[in-house]
Amino acid sequence: MGAALAALMMTAPALAGAADDLKLPREHVDLVAPPFVHPHEQATKAGPKIIEFKLTVQEKEVVIDDAGTKMWAMTYNGSMPGPMMVVHEGDYVELTLVNPETNTMPHNIDLHAATGGLGGGALTKVNPGEQAVLRWKATRPGVFIYHCAPEGMIPWHVVSGMHGTVMVLPRDGLKDGAGKPLHYDKVFYIGENDLYVPKDENGKYKTYESLGESYADTTEVMRKLIPTHEVFEGRVGALTGKNALTAKVGETVLIVHSEANRDTRPHLIGGHGDHVWETGKFNNPPERDLETWFVRGGSAGAALYTFREPGVYAYVNHNLIEAVELGATAHIKVEGKWNEDLMKQISPPGPIPPAKISTADPMAVTR
Amino acid sequence: MLLLMKVKTAMLAGTLAAPVLAAALAPSPPSHGPDGTIRLASPSFTYRAAGDFSRGGRPVEGPLRELSLPADLLVMKRQVTVAEYGRCADEGACPRVTVLSGAKDVPVVGVSWHDASAYAAWISRKTGVTYRLPTDEEWTFAAAEKARDEALPLIDPADPAQAWIARYEAESSRERPLATTPQPGGTFGTNSKGLDDLAGNVWEWTDSCFVRTSLDEEKETVTNVNCGVRVVEGAHRTYMTDFIRDPKSGGCAQGVPPTNLGFRLVVESSRSVIARTVRSVAKLLRHT
Repeated sequence: MGAALAALMMTAPALAGAADDLKLPREHVDLVAPPFVHPHEQATKAGPKIIEFKLTVQEKEVVIDDAGTKMWAMTYNGSMPGPMMVVHEGDYVELTLVNPETNTMPHNIDLHAATGGLGGGALTKVNPGEQAVLRWKATRPGVFIYHCAPEGMIPWHVVSGMHGTVMVLPRDGLKDGAGKPLHYDKVFYIGENDLYVPKDENGKYKTYESLGESYADTTEVMRKLIPTHEVFEGRVGALTGKNALTAKVGETVLIVHSEANRDTRPHLIGGHGDHVWETGKFNNPPERDLETWFVRGGSAGAALYTFREPGVYAYVNHNLIEAVELGATAHIKVEGKWNEDLMKQISPPGPIPPAKISTADPMAVTR
Repeated sequence: MLLLMKVKTAMLAGTLAAPVLAAALAPSPPSHGPDGTIRLASPSFTYRAAGDFSRGGRPVEGPLRELSLPADLLVMKRQVTVAEYGRCADEGACPRVTVLSGAKDVPVVGVSWHDASAYAAWISRKTGVTYRLPTDEEWTFAAAEKARDEALPLIDPADPAQAWIARYEAESSRERPLATTPQPGGTFGTNSKGLDDLAGNVWEWTDSCFVRTSLDEEKETVTNVNCGVRVVEGAHRTYMTDFIRDPKSGGCAQGVPPTNLGFRLVVESSRSVIARTVRSVAKLLRHT
C-alpha cells in the first residue's frame, strides 16, 4: 500500500497536466499568427469551459526590414508578437508552454490577464527540453499583454519578440456605453515591436552567430532607449503592399493593438475609432469618435471601426517618425463604392486663380 | 500633339542653325569618350509623357507620343562610378556622399539631383565638353526596351478609390532587386543600344521637372511646372524631390522606392542646345 502510494506520488508530476478537478467541458484551440485571430464566438450562451492552448518557444534569426537586416528573435509559436488567445470571462485557460531542447535559453510567461504568481511567470520557468502547464481563470474582460519574464533578462526577451495578447470577451459580448451590443466582422491583431539592432563602426547593422552572442551589444542599444526599428508584426512592411490588410465598406473591424514595452499612439489615416477601449478593458465604457488613441507600453487597446469610404487606409503609430522612418505602418485596402457625400474633390490641384481685389489683402476683410 | 509639333519645330531650327554654329562650338567628342559615351542616332520612339495629367478634373495617364530627338544622343555607357565622383569630391566641386562599400568601380549612389548636377558642371569644366543629365525623353530613348510604361487602364473616373487601389496594387507588385548594394558596371546587362545597367538596382536622375498638365478641350495645357521635383528613371519611373539622396517609402506611400539614386550623363550637342532654346522660348510664349 505504502509502495503503491509512493509510486503514485512519483508519477504525479506527469499527470499534473490533466487537471480534472473542475469538471468543466474542455476545448482545444489551435492558435494562428497575427494579424489574424483563431475563430471564436463574440458572445456565448454556453457556460465556462477550460480552453487549452499551446505555445512553443522558438529562438531563431529573422529578417526585420527590406534591406535584409537580421536579428535573433525569441518568439512564442514563431511570430512576433505571439498569437492572440481569445476566451470569455469566467473561462479557465490551460496553457502548455513548451521550450524545445533546440533552444538555448530558459523562458516563461507572465500573463497580464492572470491573477497571482507573477502572472504565471513564477510557475512556468522552463529550460530547453522542458514544458509546463499553467491553468488560470479569466476574471477580467479586456485585451491584455503576455510576455516572457526571465529573471535578469526580461526586457531583452520582450524586445526580442516574446510577447503576445490575450482577449477576454464578456460572455455576452462587447457593448457600447449605453449597453447596446457591438459586433465586429473581423479582428486585426496589430502587435507593435520596438527593436534594437546593434550597428558596427561603419553604421551597418551587425549580425551574430547565435542568440547569446547578440546579447551584450543589443543591451547596449536598448539602454539608449531609441529603437532602430519600430514595426508591426515583427518587420517593416509586414502589413503593407502585398501583405496589406483588407476590408469592405460597411464592414466593422476590431483593431487590437498591443505594445509590450513602449508607448504607442495608433491612428487610422482617413478613419477614426468609432468605439475605443483605450486601456483595453471592456468593463469600462468605450470612448467614441477618437482620432488617435494611446496604448501604454505593457498594455493592449481595442478600437472598433466601420469603414465608410473605400480606398487605401494607413494605420500608423502617430509618432510619424516611428511610422515612416522606423516602420510602424500598416495599410488596409477597403473595397466599396465611393461616397461623395463624405468627400468630393471639388477642384483638383491646378493654378491659383487670380485673386479678386477685395480679398487679395487679408487685412481688407477685417478692415 | 503640341510637344510633337514643338520637337519638329526644334529639329527644323536645329537643322538650319547647325552649320552656322558648328564652327563656334567645341569639337564633337568621339563616340567613345573618356566616360565611355556612345553615340545613338535617333529614329522615332514611343514615349509616355511624364508628370500628372488630368481630363475633366480627373487624373488620367499621360499621353503616348511618337518622338524623335533633335540630334544624335551622346550618352555614357555606364553610370558615373564612385571613383569618378570621388575625384570631383576631392576637388571640392561635389559634396561628399556616404559610400558604404569600399568598391570604387561601382556606380556612385546616394546622390541627389544637386550632387549629380554639380558633377556634370565639374566634368564639363575639366573636359571642355558640355555634359548634363539627360531629359526623361532622352533617358527613355536610350533605355529602349529597358524603359517601362506602367500606365494603367482608365478605371471609373467618378470613383477616386478605384484608381487609387489599382495603383496601390501595381506598386505593391513591383519586385525588389535581389542585390541592394551597387554592383560593378555591366552586372544588370547591356541593352539593345549598347548601354549598361539600365533599370538595374540604380535609378538615374533626369533633368526633367515634374509637370502637371490638363488635357481638356483637346489641347494640352501645362498648369504647373515644379523643378524642385525631378523625374527619376529605372526599373520604374518616379518623381523625386531634388535634394533626396536616399529615397524610401512608408507612411501613406506604398511600393518599392528606388533602391539607389545614381546617374549617367549625356553630352550636350550643338543641335540639342538649340532645341532646348527653342523649347524654352516656346514655353515662355505659351505662358504669356
